[in-house]
Amino acid sequence: MGIYLPIAEISVNIFVLLAMGAAVGFLSGMFGVGGGFLITPLLIFYNIPPAIAVATGANQVIASSVSGVLSHMKRGTLDFKLGGVLLAGGIVGSTGGIYVFAFLRRLGQLDLFISLLYVVLLGTVGGLMLVESVNALRATRSGAAPVLKKSGQHNWIHRLPLKMRFRASKLFVSVIPVLGLGAGIGFLSSIMGVGGGFIMVPALIYLLKVPTNVVIGTSLFQIIFTSAYTTLVHATTNQTVDVVLAFLLMAGGVAGAQYGAKAGQRLRGEQLRALLALLVLAVAIRLAIDLFVTPPNLYSLSAAGLN
Amino acid sequence: MKARNTFATAILLTLLAAAVPAKAQVPLTEGIQIGLSTDNVSITAGFSGADLTIFGSLENPDPLVARQGRYDVIVVLEGPPKPVVVRRKDRVLGVWVNLDSETFENVPVSYSVATTRPLQDITEPNSYKQLSLGASNLYMQPADAGDSPATIEEFTAALRERKSATGLYSENVGGVQFLSQNLFRATVRLAPNVPVGTHKARAFLFKSGLFIKESSAQLEIRKSGFEQSIFRVAHDYSFLYGVFSVSLAMITGWLGRLIFRRD
Repeated sequence: MGIYLPIAEISVNIFVLLAMGAAVGFLSGMFGVGGGFLITPLLIFYNIPPAIAVATGANQVIASSVSGVLSHMKRGTLDFKLGGVLLAGGIVGSTGGIYVFAFLRRLGQLDLFISLLYVVLLGTVGGLMLVESVNALRATRSGAAPVLKKSGQHNWIHRLPLKMRFRASKLFVSVIPVLGLGAGIGFLSSIMGVGGGFIMVPALIYLLKVPTNVVIGTSLFQIIFTSAYTTLVHATTNQTVDVVLAFLLMAGGVAGAQYGAKAGQRLRGEQLRALLALLVLAVAIRLAIDLFVTPPNLYSLSAAGLN
Repeated sequence: MKARNTFATAILLTLLAAAVPAKAQVPLTEGIQIGLSTDNVSITAGFSGADLTIFGSLENPDPLVARQGRYDVIVVLEGPPKPVVVRRKDRVLGVWVNLDSETFENVPVSYSVATTRPLQDITEPNSYKQLSLGASNLYMQPADAGDSPATIEEFTAALRERKSATGLYSENVGGVQFLSQNLFRATVRLAPNVPVGTHKARAFLFKSGLFIKESSAQLEIRKSGFEQSIFRVAHDYSFLYGVFSVSLAMITGWLGRLIFRRD
């Protein structure tokens, strides 16, 4: 069944989009990530213009994050104060990202920049995760006890000034890295259409030493607002949010996410991480190939002025 | 009162009768007229292209020339003019990057041509150039005239090629048919991605390879339906549209959790 997307201005198959949303939702529920980093490239592979894929991806991320945050709120695994500080940084980063986005679009380099960012970020994160999880799998197989991190272990980040206490996370840390992390994620959110959970989660765990149980809830909480802000600004400055496209993805996504979360409980942590790493790497490689393969048309047209 | 009216009409008829034979001595100049049954066309979201029929007539055709088929008509439906950037990808360190670009002003977004015969059989290439008629003769005005002629030519050719490849520039040879000595019907193609706005229908009359006359009419193409309303709202009330998109996402997330919760 075909449906015409009013902003992307192309006809697409409604079931393909629902299935795409459900599949990504399932994965995101399973791995505890927003799924934006999968949705946006998939939309680009499906011939949605990258600018629209990014803005609509940000809109879709809100739905899956709301659905995830609700269950974390119920379990009490959410640090509102930490989320609030991350969010303050996120708004600043996102605003900057929107300007860079509009600027690159005018230059005609937006599509390339989006692809490059995806290849570099997904490649790095996927690669690191794969190495880490394979090592963990090997360690458990050989029977060695996993290395326990000593609590109270400090790094340079903990020596920065302007310290603040985050009770729910049992953390006393400077606000500078928290704001900086928020800003970085906000920037990526507006340029890549991702929530940024796949960077936020490891950064909170390894850099700020936030306890793992509050990380996902807090990250999702701040992602809701960063992507809501990103969606709003994209809608007003670039008119690139396709609400019909977003809704189809969300509808499939929220259903898939709940089943995915259930399925995820049956897999072991390292296995889960290794699978996610492979998936992330596959997307990165697919995008990288497109950068190097000779395009069918060397010339492209775009409207001047109204970009 | 009534009697005087009749009298006036009678005088007028006499005058006309006197005028007609006098004028018949000099050959009448041919003219062309086209008519559109409507001045606006609404296309819906599922629009997958269509043929638009335009009727027209020749005025005062010479019966002999008409019988020999030496009248030719070219009908063009021209979309609204817009500035366009043409970009060329080149390899930088193995990666394909948009490098060079050329901006053209007032390029018709769409350009559909219908003709009685193949363009090269109707008249000389030079007269097409002078009339700026036909997708391959259309004059494209570069925004920066300082660029080298070779570059401008290359990008002009690429612009035409991309436009034809997407169906926005099309040519329908044999799309104009004479139904009688002076009545013709032209079929121009509307591409699935035909732009909205004011389109101009123009008809050109040629007699034995010579351009005689041109006539034009305007046509408004609009998109209608639910999808178009969304598009308009997204552009005219973009902030409210954003708020709506965000709220819809939040409600969907919340409902999804209620309906599908598995924990």
